[in-house]
Amino acid sequence: MHRQTKELLIKRAFLAAAITSLAVLALIMVFLFMEGLPTFTFVSAKGFLFGLDWYPTDEARPDYGILPLITASAAVTALSSLLAIPLGVMSAVYLAEIASPRVRALAKPIIEMLASLPSVVIGFFGMVVMAPFLQELLDIPIGLNLFNASLMLAFMSVPTIASVSEDAIYAVPRELKEASLALGATHLETLLRVTLPAALSGIGTAVILGMSRAIGETMVVLMVAGGAAVLPDSLFGPVRPMPASIAAEMAEAPFRSHHYHSLFAIAMVLFLVTLFFNVLADYISHKHRQTGSASL
Amino acid sequence: MKRLSLALAAMLVLGLAATSFAGDIAVKGSTTVQPIMQKAVEAFMAQNKGISISISASGSGDGAKALIDGSAPLAMLSREMKASELKQAKEKGVNPKLILIAYDCLTPVVNSSNPVKNITLAQLKDIYTGKITDWKELGGAGPVSVVSRDSSSGTFEYWGEHVLKKERVYARAQMQASNGAVAQVVSKQKSSIGYVGLAYAHAPGLRALTVEGVVGSVENTLNGTYPISRGLYLYTNGEPTGDVAKFVNFILSDAGQKIVASVDYVPVKGLKDAKGAQKAKK
Repeated sequence: MHRQTKELLIKRAFLAAAITSLAVLALIMVFLFMEGLPTFTFVSAKGFLFGLDWYPTDEARPDYGILPLITASAAVTALSSLLAIPLGVMSAVYLAEIASPRVRALAKPIIEMLASLPSVVIGFFGMVVMAPFLQELLDIPIGLNLFNASLMLAFMSVPTIASVSEDAIYAVPRELKEASLALGATHLETLLRVTLPAALSGIGTAVILGMSRAIGETMVVLMVAGGAAVLPDSLFGPVRPMPASIAAEMAEAPFRSHHYHSLFAIAMVLFLVTLFFNVLADYISHKHRQTGSASL
Repeated sequence: MKRLSLALAAMLVLGLAATSFAGDIAVKGSTTVQPIMQKAVEAFMAQNKGISISISASGSGDGAKALIDGSAPLAMLSREMKASELKQAKEKGVNPKLILIAYDCLTPVVNSSNPVKNITLAQLKDIYTGKITDWKELGGAGPVSVVSRDSSSGTFEYWGEHVLKKERVYARAQMQASNGAVAQVVSKQKSSIGYVGLAYAHAPGLRALTVEGVVGSVENTLNGTYPISRGLYLYTNGEPTGDVAKFVNFILSDAGQKIVASVDYVPVKGLKDAKGAQKAKK
């Protein structure tokens, strides 16, 4: 075969591979919207997004309000970020700046391994170990609650946040730190005023990736959040985030029924939220990209 | 059944999993009926080498759907078909025939530390609609935390109709995906009440409540005194024929009904050794 034909063929093959994955994504999106949009023929967008009652199986007068599910998702995500961000960023700082190379070589893969724990294992841990522990410790009636779910989700986002932030901090040019130290700044001052600001875009990306993992996570919230579709009014009350509702109800929802369509509409909302998070992460990492040492 | 192991509970939490074999006869429907079918199919195929049967369990609604659209000749339901489903079937020229194969006895359970022993249907309704929120109204103490099955499960549907009388379940109820998950939650939360199939009612950490003074048991289900028990059904299109009929007859035979008892459901016929089979398992 001619060399150029060969080249061309290889290029085409790679192109085909790239297009296939794009096409699959596009098809999933089309399907999602095709099945989700009919929801708005029987409930208004306002009634759907801001309705307070989720009773899709009530035969006489079903209600399709998902505000409790949206707030539950927002609440577990926010609370888990509150727990995971300091933990993740501080581990990253330790690994990149303080730990000896040997400790770093050992600790980083271990933290990343945490990310590969199947979510059902974490969910099970939350259900069997953490729930009774929280009940005993805090003397609360319900162990499967907002706080427990957030804690488990924090476990899952810490590795993402730590690992991506660590790369960002590690990539801060050496000259910057050396200049700061040469001007008489202490190690801590250099870290807080020079290294971290320089790595901020990377850390921001890490945080948002961690959050988007938390908001889309299904198994943990299905098992640990408690499953009551009410607006969260306490840290220790049961809630029902969006992915949990979809997972629990899809199997029994009659094909192309109102319930079925409304579950797809929830998936649409979830898709848009995670899309927003990813676009935001992309934007931050491009906008505030540290290019060379001059742009600080 | 003496110890409902934690691992088992975890697997049941994943009640979404569907099992399947490659086969000639497809059976679809309720996850509640699945344990019976699984064992019955294994025993039946061992006896009848030429016939293979595949099971996929994802809910009563799916079973009805599959029978109506013709993708399965045999459907498992933990409830009778709804009027809307019967209407759809009629439109498609399908003539659903109901076959009762077992009973399931839904038992209210509380944490074993709870002093309450009996509950009335009216109290159950008030608890599950959020009117009773404190155990003191039943002779206990502290707030009640309500645990229920997910509103789309066949078990909830039965509960909704016979206990809630079609009223809405309390919005604060913790909705769980399987019998195993309900048992797990109630055994860990002192304030909880839940409801499970008889098979799960005696898991460690749980106390089964008597309803209107009647103990949930095989005998009381069969003699009709226990108020919250339901039938488990197979549906066929018209009278079963051929291999399907052979299989249905197998489930209704003594051997089949023994399988029903061995997975802790209540056989339709009062088998002499049904009780023995249940005891042997516990």
